[in-house]
Amino acid sequence: MSVVESDNYEPERRARRLAGPLFGAACLLATLTGVVVLSVVLGAVAAAALGHGSQHPWYAIGPNAWKLGRFLVSLTQKFSEDAGFRAGVYGSLWLLALTVLFAVPTGVGAAVFLEEFTPPGRLRRAIQMNIANLAGVPSIVYGILGLALFVRAFGFESFALGRSLWAGALTLALLVLPVIVLATQEALRSVPSSLRHAALALGASRWETVRDHVLPMAVPGILTGTILAVSRAIGETAPVLMVGAAGSIDWIPNGPGDRYTALPVEIYNYAKEPGVEFQSVAAGGILLLLVILLTMNSIAIVIRNKYRVPTR
Amino acid sequence: MTTRSPLRIEPTTPPDESPPMRPSDPLPALPPPKPDPATVPDPVISARSLCVWYGSSMALKNVDIDIPRHKITALIGPSGCGKSTLLRCFNRMNDLIPGARMEGTIKFEGIELADPSIDAVALRRRVGMVFQKPNPFPKSIYQNVAWGARINGYKGDMDELVEKSLRRAALWEEVRGKLHKSGLDLSGGQQQRLCIARTLAVEPEIILMDEPCSALDPIATAKVEDLMDELKEDYTIVIVTHNMQQARRTSDMTACLMLDEAAVQGGHRTGVIAEFSPTEKLFTNPSDPRTEAYITGRIG
Repeated sequence: MSVVESDNYEPERRARRLAGPLFGAACLLATLTGVVVLSVVLGAVAAAALGHGSQHPWYAIGPNAWKLGRFLVSLTQKFSEDAGFRAGVYGSLWLLALTVLFAVPTGVGAAVFLEEFTPPGRLRRAIQMNIANLAGVPSIVYGILGLALFVRAFGFESFALGRSLWAGALTLALLVLPVIVLATQEALRSVPSSLRHAALALGASRWETVRDHVLPMAVPGILTGTILAVSRAIGETAPVLMVGAAGSIDWIPNGPGDRYTALPVEIYNYAKEPGVEFQSVAAGGILLLLVILLTMNSIAIVIRNKYRVPTR
Repeated sequence: MTTRSPLRIEPTTPPDESPPMRPSDPLPALPPPKPDPATVPDPVISARSLCVWYGSSMALKNVDIDIPRHKITALIGPSGCGKSTLLRCFNRMNDLIPGARMEGTIKFEGIELADPSIDAVALRRRVGMVFQKPNPFPKSIYQNVAWGARINGYKGDMDELVEKSLRRAALWEEVRGKLHKSGLDLSGGQQQRLCIARTLAVEPEIILMDEPCSALDPIATAKVEDLMDELKEDYTIVIVTHNMQQARRTSDMTACLMLDEAAVQGGHRTGVIAEFSPTEKLFTNPSDPRTEAYITGRIG
């Protein structure tokens, strides 16, 4: 029997068959947008950083990276020969370590409480909504909060941390906290509940279940979220400026109570200098920042793969 | 009803005799027959007028059941009639479901399980549970068995306990050379026996099994059933199953649960025990018409 023509359907149209490939092509273009733009920007930055004068390749990220950024303090020195990023690199690494120290235990703890210990209900929804909103608050707002709370302690001088690394790191910790909480919750939710039931049915308490089974299985997700959050924090300029990262200093912080500057703040300061040489200094700083961030992310990926739990 | 179609397959009891017509009974509608739990001597668990609520909807109504010691009790019935809910009352796993609460009494060795203030964590060591889908921990076989014992403060030799438990679960010969391989590398049937071994390692008195074979093939199912038969010497087993042959093969007592028809009319799904009898009697000569309909495949 042959197929009988039916009048109930439109005759076959070419447009319909073309729609699929066209949509695919559009999606490909969308994908390429990000990649292409990022490559162009990176290329331009690299060119600017490396192309300062023919006799000084690697100008700003070579030996100068390890110079102290002191040009603002000694303005008599005309140029950028003394410009460098050592103070910023040290400041940013200090900030990074202290931020992780404050934000990860707090964020993971909050997420465990919400996911594992709070029954779903109005309280949990309220907290949940609060945290989701906090994640969307602009960073400058956290800067102002940090200034009032940590730097000045609302005027209680004995509690004020001043413009120290403590204040900067606590501010950044507040900034990344909601992101860490949300990422950890997501990771905890992806742990199958059959695993919790298995542990609880053996007579384990909630805490033992979370400690030995749920958290280890959630580690890859928690790490991913934490690293993304901290990477964002380390690139933040506005809140750190607000809580008093120095524009330029000519010493290196020795402890968390010291004053500091951060890499993005230094980049910003060099970039707004009128001298054209400083443009390449700023570009060098950007490359340096990217190298630090990419290194961090690679370390994270290695840790994540090591912790990966076999799944069924 | 004088002539019957010769093509119809007749039930063993002729239909004109099956509703017991008592001339003294003035009401045509029968009240739900009350199961008679008093046939079990020395029960391990005994529930009376047990009702379970999930929020505002009643999941189980007026359940009376006695779980006999060192026997296998099967819970059968159509989907959604509260078999698993009843099972989870025995180790308070219903606590994990928000809004779940119990009324009535369940006594387990002098403990009132319906009392919300009892220590459910301590109870669950004594009343173990095996789940529908094998759920070993993503750890080594050894750790799977040892973990529960360790957190419960086991004082003896752990290697010995692991071997004993695996032997008891008929898994030792298959895994003795690879105790430190992941439990997830085992086949489904082996995983389920690993879960049983893990439960045995904390030395429970009762083992609750929630459709333990529904994810297994017939060969693995047969192994688990053989195992249950051996284990009942030392343990009391309660098994929920959809497989009536399995209930018939393995169990000593069977409870058939049914949806309460009055509740269904009101849009709720409330389970009641239609009949609780020795397995052989329930399958050959059920006293409840709904049970008969269910086991002959006419409903459910």
